[in-house]
Amino acid sequence: MAQAGTSNRPLSPHLQIWRWGPHMAVSILHRVSGNGLAFVGLALLLWWLGALASGPAAYATFTGWVWADLSTLDWSGLGLVTSLIRLAFKVVLVGITWAFFTHAASGLRHFVLDIGAGYELNANRTWSILSPVLAVAMTAIFWALLLLR
Amino acid sequence: MGNGTSIGRVRGLGSAKTGPHHWLMQRFTAIGNLLLVVWLGVSLLLLPNLHYQTVIEWISAPVPATAMALLVISTFWHARMGVGVMMEDYVHEHANKFACVAALNLITFAGAAFGVFCVVRLALGGA
Ligand code: HEM
Repeated sequence: MAQAGTSNRPLSPHLQIWRWGPHMAVSILHRVSGNGLAFVGLALLLWWLGALASGPAAYATFTGWVWADLSTLDWSGLGLVTSLIRLAFKVVLVGITWAFFTHAASGLRHFVLDIGAGYELNANRTWSILSPVLAVAMTAIFWALLLLR
Repeated sequence: MGNGTSIGRVRGLGSAKTGPHHWLMQRFTAIGNLLLVVWLGVSLLLLPNLHYQTVIEWISAPVPATAMALLVISTFWHARMGVGVMMEDYVHEHANKFACVAALNLITFAGAAFGVFCVVRLALGGA
C-alpha cells in the first residue's frame, strides 16, 4: 500500500470500527488460532520430532519441559521459576489442541461458505456460534481420551 | 500508469492474477492438514503410552513415517501462505512487509526441511 499514508482509508486491523457479532468473532478466531498453530504449534512439532530423532535423552528433556510430572516439581528457589514454566507449557499444549479444533471447525465452515451455502442470516449465525463451541467439546474429548486411557 | 488520481493508479493494472491459485492452495493444504493432523491425534491416542521406545517404534515404520513427512510439508506450506496473508494485512510499510515475507519464507522452508530430515533419520534408523 504505497499510498497508505496519503489516502485516508482504514487499514487492518480495524476491529474497533465494526460492531461485534458471532460472525466477526469466528472470523478473528480463525486468524488467531491459525497463527497460534503456525508460530507455537509448528515450533512444538519440530521440537518433538527433533527430540525423537536425537535420542532418549533429548526426548526426556522435551517431555520434562512440555509435559512434566507434577509430583516431581520443585517449588523452592529457582525451582519456582522452572516449575511455573513447566505449568505454562501444559497450558500451551492444551491451548494448541484447542486452537487446532477451533481452526479446523471454522476452516470447515469456510468450505461450506465457499460452495455458496450457509449465508442465510440464521444459519450463518448458528454455525458461527456452533463451530467454536464444538471445538471446545472436541478438545475436552481429546484430552479425556488421552489422559484416561 | 496514470497521473496519480485514484482511477489513474489502477487503470490497466487489473488484479495481480495470482489470487485464485493462492486461495485454492490454501484449501488443498487445509484438507491435507485436516486428514494428517487427525491421523496424528488418533495415532497418539491408539499408542499404549508415549514413552520414547513406543513412539520411536511407531513412527519409524514406513506408513507413519510417510504420513508424518507429509504432515510437515502440508502444515508448513499452509502456514507459510496463511501467515503471509496476516503480514500483508498488518504490516503496512513496503520495506517492512518485504522483510517479513522474506523472513517467513526462509523460516518456513528451514523448519519444513528440519522436520522432514528428522522423520527420514528416524525411518532409516539413524536415531
Ligand atoms: C494444523 C495446522 C494449521 C495451521 C498452522 C494453519 C494456519 C493457518 C493460518 C495462519 C491461516 C491464515 C489465517 C488468516 O489469515 O486469517 C490459515 C487459513 C486457513 N486455514 Fe488453516 N491452519 C492449519 C490447519 C487447518 C485445517 C485443518 C483447516 C481446515 C479444516 C484449515 C483451513 C483454513 C482455511 C480455509 C484458511 C483460509 C481462510 C481464508 O481464506 O480466509 N487450516 N490457516
